[in-house]
Amino acid sequence: MRARIAHIASNTFREAVRDRVLYNLIAFALLLSGAAILVGQISIEIEKLVVINLGLTAVSLFGVVIAIFIGIGLVSKEIEKRTLYTVLSRPVRRWEFIVGKFFGLAGTLVVNTFFMAIGVFAALFYVSHKFVRADALILVALYFIILEFLIICSLALLFSSFSSPLLSAVFAFSLFVIGSFAEDLRNFAGLAHGVSRWLATGAAYLVPNFSAFNVITSIAHGQPVGGELILQNTLYALFYATMALSGAVLIFERRDLK
Amino acid sequence: MNQRRKTTLVASACLILSLAASSFVLHRVDQLRPQATLDEVLFLSSPKVIKRASLGYDGLMACIYWTRAVQYFGYRHHYYAASYNLLAPLLEITTHLDPHLVVAYEFGSSFLAPQPPHGAGQPDRAIELMEYGIQNNPDNWRLYYDLGFVYYMELRDYKKAAETFERGSHVPNAHPFLKILAAQMAQHAGEYETARMLWSATYQTTQDEQIKQNAVEHLRALRVDEDVQHLQEAVTRFGERTGRLPASVAELVAAEGLAGTPADPDGHPYKLTPEGRVEVRVPDDFPFATKGLPPGYKPSPKFHAMP
Repeated sequence: MRARIAHIASNTFREAVRDRVLYNLIAFALLLSGAAILVGQISIEIEKLVVINLGLTAVSLFGVVIAIFIGIGLVSKEIEKRTLYTVLSRPVRRWEFIVGKFFGLAGTLVVNTFFMAIGVFAALFYVSHKFVRADALILVALYFIILEFLIICSLALLFSSFSSPLLSAVFAFSLFVIGSFAEDLRNFAGLAHGVSRWLATGAAYLVPNFSAFNVITSIAHGQPVGGELILQNTLYALFYATMALSGAVLIFERRDLK
Repeated sequence: MNQRRKTTLVASACLILSLAASSFVLHRVDQLRPQATLDEVLFLSSPKVIKRASLGYDGLMACIYWTRAVQYFGYRHHYYAASYNLLAPLLEITTHLDPHLVVAYEFGSSFLAPQPPHGAGQPDRAIELMEYGIQNNPDNWRLYYDLGFVYYMELRDYKKAAETFERGSHVPNAHPFLKILAAQMAQHAGEYETARMLWSATYQTTQDEQIKQNAVEHLRALRVDEDVQHLQEAVTRFGERTGRLPASVAELVAAEGLAGTPADPDGHPYKLTPEGRVEVRVPDDFPFATKGLPPGYKPSPKFHAMP
């Protein structure tokens, strides 16, 4: 079972690389080096802040876009090319196919993030000429970004398992935006009464809370992140991604592929 | 030459020529509407809306708005503009997006508080900004120092300045001079002495080269103001005693027993006008001086004046 999932995951990774997904690293490198050089000339005392904020924001946004646009096509493309039938005619279960695809996409994003992280630290070294202990906190922000990717990958796969690529992209992107406002939604629920309070609270817990993963601004100021938050965010991302993946498996298991 | 190579060459030439032509035309368009690229418009003025629209990437947005505020101030300051209408909103947006961006409070207050052309002439907005900064960064003693600075330098409100320095002196790791400043404000100590102490403290405690340079310019201007005031008093005494004005600085020095020929920080001797006014020789070298300037003197605009 593990070998089959690993095989599908590695094929998904290879396919993403063949699709020139990692080309985004060039755009990222240009963006970051441009910012590192220019910002010192057009602003005051925020070179390091810009490198951290811009670098981590770019890592996050590039990754979200890749996760959505690759994730939505993972199932539909296989059906369209009819390669899915070849895969499923072998001793591969449908859930293994979904889980393998998930790990393949997540692996692609982790590799992408790794290279981007090198870029962020290189740009940081360029503007500060040294590293300080607080710079290690960037690793926490990167870890949270990867957790965010896991959720988005699983959501993209969920939508991909029953919808067209276009609609899947719309759904996934909408959930990303709504998830960024999840805390506002919870505050809104607190103000409501009766049934609407229950509905709003339910919706607030159903949508992914991406704001919990966003520590970029505080880390840019060298503010530490508590170990408890790291643990709870890890658990939240794992549970949420598992939930969305389970949904994808349930739908895909029942989907008529004829 | 085969067909494919021919097409490549023609397409490449078209690409380069079109790019050059479009750049040229855009340059002409910019000349037709010179202010178009620097329109003073804030399409979104609500900090809350901008914070929400940033989808959680508010740190980066704060950096962008801070850069915009710096560019806005720098551009208008460069042209000795008389108004800075967007400066306060830009700083408010910046600090709401990232309340811990201390640099925006420190520089922002020094952009907002001084009178034009050195600043926006909005000390009240500078105070609001600093209070917001202190509310969000209560352990940063420099913010209290900067706020007290605005109260003293721009508003001459000794009581508020003393209170602010006193508040700041209780912050952990606060610089000891805050206590001294608080005491000096409470006593309404000599203006030049206090101002010199404030600018010297600014010079000594900042790492930023621009702030250091600004402090040096203010210290130079303070010396000019003090020298001119003393010399002007000597001229008045001379006039009261002799019934006429001194013919030259040398005569004034000899008659009043002054030590040597008085000179400005650059070593240029002060000049005495036929009307008995003491003036510096190169006013543009002392942009913050308030005394010793020719009547109606205005800093020479570098290009053209802005409204």
